[in-house]
Amino acid sequence: MEKTFKNIENVVIRFAGDSGDGMQLAGGRFSDTTAIVGNDLSTLPDYPAEIRAPAGSLAGVSAFQIHFSSKNIHTPGDKVDVLVAMNPAALKVHRAELEPGGMLICNTASFTKKNLTYAGFDSNPLEDGSLEDYFRVYAIDMSKIVAEVCADMSLTPKTVNRTKNLFALGLLYWIYDRPMETTKNWLEMKFAKRPELIEANVRAMEAGYNYGETTEIFTTRYKVDKADLPAGTYRNIVGNYALTLGLVAAAEKSKLPLFYGSYPITPASDILHHLAALKHHNVKTFQAEDEIAGMTSIIGAAFTGNLAVTASSGPGIALKGEALGLAIIAELPMVIVNVQRGGPSTGLPTKTEQADLLQALYGRNGEAPLPVIAAATPGDCFYAAYEACRIALKYMTPVMLLTDGYLANGSEPWAIPNLDDLEPIDVSFADTSSIVDGQFMPYLRNKETLARPWAIPGTAGLEHRIGGLEKEDVTGNVNYDPENHHHMTLTRQQKVNNVVNDIPPTEIYGKSSGELLILSWGGTMGACRSAAEDLQDDGKSVSHVHLRWLNPLPKDLGEILIRFKNVLIPEINMGQLIKLIRAEYLVDAHGLNIVRGKPIGKGVIIEKINERLGS
Amino acid sequence: MAKSKTVQKNKYTKMDFTSDQAVRWCPGCGDYAILAQTQKLFPDLGMDKENVVFISGIGCSSRFPYYMNTYGFHTIHGRAPAIASGVKIANPELSVWVVTGDGDGLSIGGNHTIHLLRRNLDINVLLFNNRIYGLTKGQYSPTSEIGKVTKSSPLGSLDRPFNPLTLALGADATFVARAIDRETKHLQVMIERSYKHKGTSFLEIYQNCNIFNDGAFAPMTNKESKADKVLWLENGQPMLFGAEKNKGIHMDGNTPTIVELNGKFSTDDIMVHNESDYVVASMLANFTYQPEFPDPIGVLYNIDAPVYDDMVSKQIAKAIDVRGTGSIQDLLNSGDTWEVK
Repeated sequence: MEKTFKNIENVVIRFAGDSGDGMQLAGGRFSDTTAIVGNDLSTLPDYPAEIRAPAGSLAGVSAFQIHFSSKNIHTPGDKVDVLVAMNPAALKVHRAELEPGGMLICNTASFTKKNLTYAGFDSNPLEDGSLEDYFRVYAIDMSKIVAEVCADMSLTPKTVNRTKNLFALGLLYWIYDRPMETTKNWLEMKFAKRPELIEANVRAMEAGYNYGETTEIFTTRYKVDKADLPAGTYRNIVGNYALTLGLVAAAEKSKLPLFYGSYPITPASDILHHLAALKHHNVKTFQAEDEIAGMTSIIGAAFTGNLAVTASSGPGIALKGEALGLAIIAELPMVIVNVQRGGPSTGLPTKTEQADLLQALYGRNGEAPLPVIAAATPGDCFYAAYEACRIALKYMTPVMLLTDGYLANGSEPWAIPNLDDLEPIDVSFADTSSIVDGQFMPYLRNKETLARPWAIPGTAGLEHRIGGLEKEDVTGNVNYDPENHHHMTLTRQQKVNNVVNDIPPTEIYGKSSGELLILSWGGTMGACRSAAEDLQDDGKSVSHVHLRWLNPLPKDLGEILIRFKNVLIPEINMGQLIKLIRAEYLVDAHGLNIVRGKPIGKGVIIEKINERLGS
Repeated sequence: MAKSKTVQKNKYTKMDFTSDQAVRWCPGCGDYAILAQTQKLFPDLGMDKENVVFISGIGCSSRFPYYMNTYGFHTIHGRAPAIASGVKIANPELSVWVVTGDGDGLSIGGNHTIHLLRRNLDINVLLFNNRIYGLTKGQYSPTSEIGKVTKSSPLGSLDRPFNPLTLALGADATFVARAIDRETKHLQVMIERSYKHKGTSFLEIYQNCNIFNDGAFAPMTNKESKADKVLWLENGQPMLFGAEKNKGIHMDGNTPTIVELNGKFSTDDIMVHNESDYVVASMLANFTYQPEFPDPIGVLYNIDAPVYDDMVSKQIAKAIDVRGTGSIQDLLNSGDTWEVK
């Protein structure tokens, strides 16, 4: 039968199924292929905290969303055009977000009475006609088809059934006209020692592709043209991996060994996994006994002259708090990454949130300032990590880097940077020139930055003692004098304030004054930028400013804010940046605060702005 | 520290290891003796002092690094072992010392202590045990005996105490020893043996707090009682004690008993100390808190085992050997890539 091609700009696909259905794998493969095809893309994995929740349960549904386009895009998308639901629970959980008229692809084999009941369906929605009015429904017995195509192989039925995710993937490759080569190559690498699994998965994928081609159910295929991305060599990159690369790039450019000490925690553990695989880059990874040891081990490594980094998520950062204070008073360079997740307490370990900003800024005893930087997109995790290292080393200070679950696990096309183009990181350890009257002065500061000298053990003549007690200016000796404490408190604050000199002028997306400014930080950048684009296309006087540094704030922010009649700050928290902005600039900013463990979509931002602007 | 590789450049005296900071422990504190013995011994250890790092946590003992003219870091409560681990992994050439106490190392920092011991980094731990909280002015500690009356236990402490030696053995320490602040010569020997051990050395030092727990170790230090209350351990030697060395540890089946050499028992019946025998070390460690037995002082346990920081270096060397020195630019460029023109 004749199939027609239709050109479209944007597609959002969500793969959803049981935790064991291989949805993350299918989504990841689709993303890599889509990247290579040349679309812009943004992804959002959404998986449960339980490794294997009971099969068929609502809690066990795992999903992977990909938004791809021939245009520049910034978010994984709000509404879903295609929902792949491998079981009733996946349908139940995700159908509300499928666009009316959207494509719903289901594996009928798993719509058993038991699974339906488990998911809370009274009758089978694939048979009772309850879906047809809303969606284009494609009910396919994927399990049966993969069993048939692998019938001549000596694999267990269970193993064969596990290839059904590749069937779904193959079908989507056909619908969206993408090649299967990248996935075949990947399967060959992944199952190099199990050729029978390569064969079965390839057969399943091809069966899915051919199913689209040969059956009469599908009449239309879609083409999404290449996006007009800036010239360069690209790869698809996931946030936590980009962050890892940023750290090793900083180690390379600073010529320091990288020491990474951490304790496993979702969603930060992948950074440890990635770095542990880079031993041949002289990376030392230390899986500590707890979060506190992760933090304190890097204090030791920083004292010893390594580029020292730890990462955790909110609960772990809370445990590191006391040690962070030590890092601040000892004035040692290191980077602490917080991959934020839903809180409080254990909260939503696998879901995203932005509610640790005030913890980053103030979550320590005493006056304990440190610079705070936040990554904006998965690919930006590279640059944010690099910049965090550079500032830490330049100012001799711990720097907190904030990312979040969405940035950490999400992906996007990434123009591969050339190391030579990155800002240099010059590190010089103290030498005997910092000796005054025969004594090394550990707090004799650089006049411009206020950074103190970094004198590492092993350097003859610079033996000295530091610690968590207040120290006398310059000598570093223990000192309880009130004036000295006041002076040192101001000095530590001033040093962090000085980082402002490294912050470039703020970029305003849109006009530099007007009705409304969207002010964002961290992972909400994409949704805010998309909203601003759409509203500007509609002729609205809306601009967007994204903050990379949260401490210090850019010099020019105050004057920018007062040029707008309204300031809207969307955050995945109850209003944290807004408190800073109001306190710092006396600006009557408004918040858009949604705390659902998911990225904020552009739709709600546009809605909120239209409401504010009275249109 | 690579003891064999590094050739000491300088000759030192005790003064070279003495910092310019006034020592602020209470007059009469056992810490003075430990500091003095360390400063006396260090010139003989063959290290250049720039390669020496003292790390401490919080507590009276943790002021120690301020008084040693080496690299030093007075950190936060209980975390010295983890900070020291970072130092040692970052630069395995350094000689790293942790100074801690019964509260710092066994209570708030207990977790770090046991994990340092199990990993077996080449770090030396000096645990000053005074069986009391001194810096917070006199609460019972995790090594205080049951029934201890203190400010926080006016009716007597209900806590069963830790035995630092059994704890260290339980954590698979590769070197476990005990010394007494007042036995200065022996203390020096113990610090030297700790230094020479490749791997984590755990040296418990009985340290008298003359303000809040004076006399805690009096039976082991008083002239009239110490011969009967201390079992001086020497590898390969029978476990004899008493003023006339006429008492010893005899194994009655699996049970250690105290016997007198009075004709019925001779030296041949006395157990011979073997530092590499875990069972012997455990038995000795358990004499602590048992009033009928003398406290074992000396090296209880000393074995060779793979050293963590060595293995870190070897693993990296092997990875480089197998895969070649990684190029970061190649790493950035790796994976599935495509060109946009």
